[in-house]
Amino acid sequence: MSVFEGFKFRKVSSVVHDLDPRIKFFFVSVLFVMAILFTKLLALTVLFFIPLPFVFMAKVNRQWLRSLRGAAFLAIFIFATNFIFGYFSPASFQGITPPVDTLVEYLVLLERAAAMTLRFVVLIASFSVFFLTTSPDHLGLALQQSRIPYEFCFAFTTAVRFVPVLADEAQTIMDAQKARGLELERGNLLKRVKNYIPILIPLIVNAIRRSLELAESMESRAWGASEKRTNLYELKLKRADYILVLISVLMLLLAVYVWLYVSIPSLTTLLSL
Amino acid sequence: MIEVKDLYYTYPTGLEALKGISLTVNDGEFLAVMGQNGAGKTTLVKHFNGLLKPTKGEILVDGVSTRDVSVAQLARNVGFVFQNPDHQLFSETVEEEIVFALRNFGFEKAVIEKQVDWALNLLDVTQYRKTSPFMLSGGERKRVALASILAWDPQVIILDEPTIGQDHQQKEKLQQFILQLNAQKKTVIVVTHDVEFVAECSPRVILMSQGKIVVDGTAKKILTNPKVLAQASIVPPQITQIFLELADLGLPTDVIDVHEATKILLNRLRKRS
Ligand SMILES: Nc1ncnc2c1ncn2[C@@H]1O[C@H](COP(=O)(O)OP(=O)(O)O)[C@@H](O)[C@H]1O
Ligand SMILES: [Mg+2]
Repeated sequence: MSVFEGFKFRKVSSVVHDLDPRIKFFFVSVLFVMAILFTKLLALTVLFFIPLPFVFMAKVNRQWLRSLRGAAFLAIFIFATNFIFGYFSPASFQGITPPVDTLVEYLVLLERAAAMTLRFVVLIASFSVFFLTTSPDHLGLALQQSRIPYEFCFAFTTAVRFVPVLADEAQTIMDAQKARGLELERGNLLKRVKNYIPILIPLIVNAIRRSLELAESMESRAWGASEKRTNLYELKLKRADYILVLISVLMLLLAVYVWLYVSIPSLTTLLSL
Repeated sequence: MIEVKDLYYTYPTGLEALKGISLTVNDGEFLAVMGQNGAGKTTLVKHFNGLLKPTKGEILVDGVSTRDVSVAQLARNVGFVFQNPDHQLFSETVEEEIVFALRNFGFEKAVIEKQVDWALNLLDVTQYRKTSPFMLSGGERKRVALASILAWDPQVIILDEPTIGQDHQQKEKLQQFILQLNAQKKTVIVVTHDVEFVAECSPRVILMSQGKIVVDGTAKKILTNPKVLAQASIVPPQITQIFLELADLGLPTDVIDVHEATKILLNRLRKRS
């Protein structure tokens, strides 16, 4: 459940927390695009360092690290599959003449797998900063002011808000089933997957029940009665927001330029020089 | 026997929920753990079947430290009925629900059949044997949950807030049932802030507040001491309140039971006339 921890908002005040969510989202989207543009380890390593100043400014280092640790399992999986698939179909790689047999060729494969893993880590790292520093309320407000229909905004913010609730509930259910002798880490792979059925069913049933209750209580408070909703708070762009837009746009332009005109060397070629 | 020695527990969030608890629960004892919300009652009893392990200090269950054994091993002797039955019910039929734990504990098929019949009968849910637990009413679900734990006949039974959300009749039944269990030499531990329930069952009571035990004593001693109760935001039973207010008339101040109260008042009235 520790991946969830990295996406749980805590109310703190900092420059990063006070940024406009729309701008912050634009910034992480630029990071996202850059991570997709580049496939070289060197470039992705540089990308990894970009969200770091924001993590420190927002003082969310602990939670941010926890979300990275939570993603470790998936990262290892991505690394392994990339390496294995690369090994069996190496034809598409520059610098490899199949079959993979020399040290250099193995290094090329390893670097590629590492790059793909780092791409995933960059995505988690940047989106985690976004969610850690943006309150669900702010997010909802941002969606609404982007002219997205209120029903969708509400569904989205409610979903985000219920993630921690679901995580807590999953823990309680796990405890209740362990108290009835369920041992999650027992048996072969298939048995282990099956062990989660007694946890998933109550979790899903309760989630559905809760959503029905929520719908009833919302409707009894006249949800959707007025056509045009107004908000108590309005988001307004401040100076810091304009600066971040500028940074994001410059980053994007630079990235596109590098992508078009600069060929980034791979580590393996650099080292073998 | 459960021995708690200077127990401290801190949640991963950093919240210190238990601060130096020492307590011995003897075999066959009936103990009520009282205190306001967040006092640490659930945290304490979750240590008795190993769901939580001490941060500092030690718990011995029949002489064995809970650190050294798994929850499944402890649960065989210590049954834990969670507050909300919806956190555990997941099977297609009531019967399957009860079989679940028995199978986890590795009982033989013949024994399982016998115990299921016994538990269904005990909680008066035999007629729902083939019904889905999700189709039952709240009170019935609670009874199925109870049956699913009593089915393996643990020596110690822990009930977390058993009377919450039950109507008067269900509460009355449950109370009779719990007393019966205790009469059969089971150790019963009930977490509750229902003073009427405690007054009628008259168990040993420990009162908790902010992770510590405030007092430990008989129900009569504790429920008639408004000062101590106030520390845990608990109000004495109504009958006790009346007798406390009428203390000037020379009435006893340690009455918690309605029948006892009636007797005293009747005697008074008879003497007058
Ligand atoms: N899983 C958890 N993680 C963090 N804190 C918790 C958790 N469960 C309970 N707490 C906190 O520990 C304290 C004691 O909780 P609990 O034992 O559930 O109290 P009670 O059962 O007396 O109402 C509360 O302040 C509660 O917020
Ligand atoms: Mg509790």
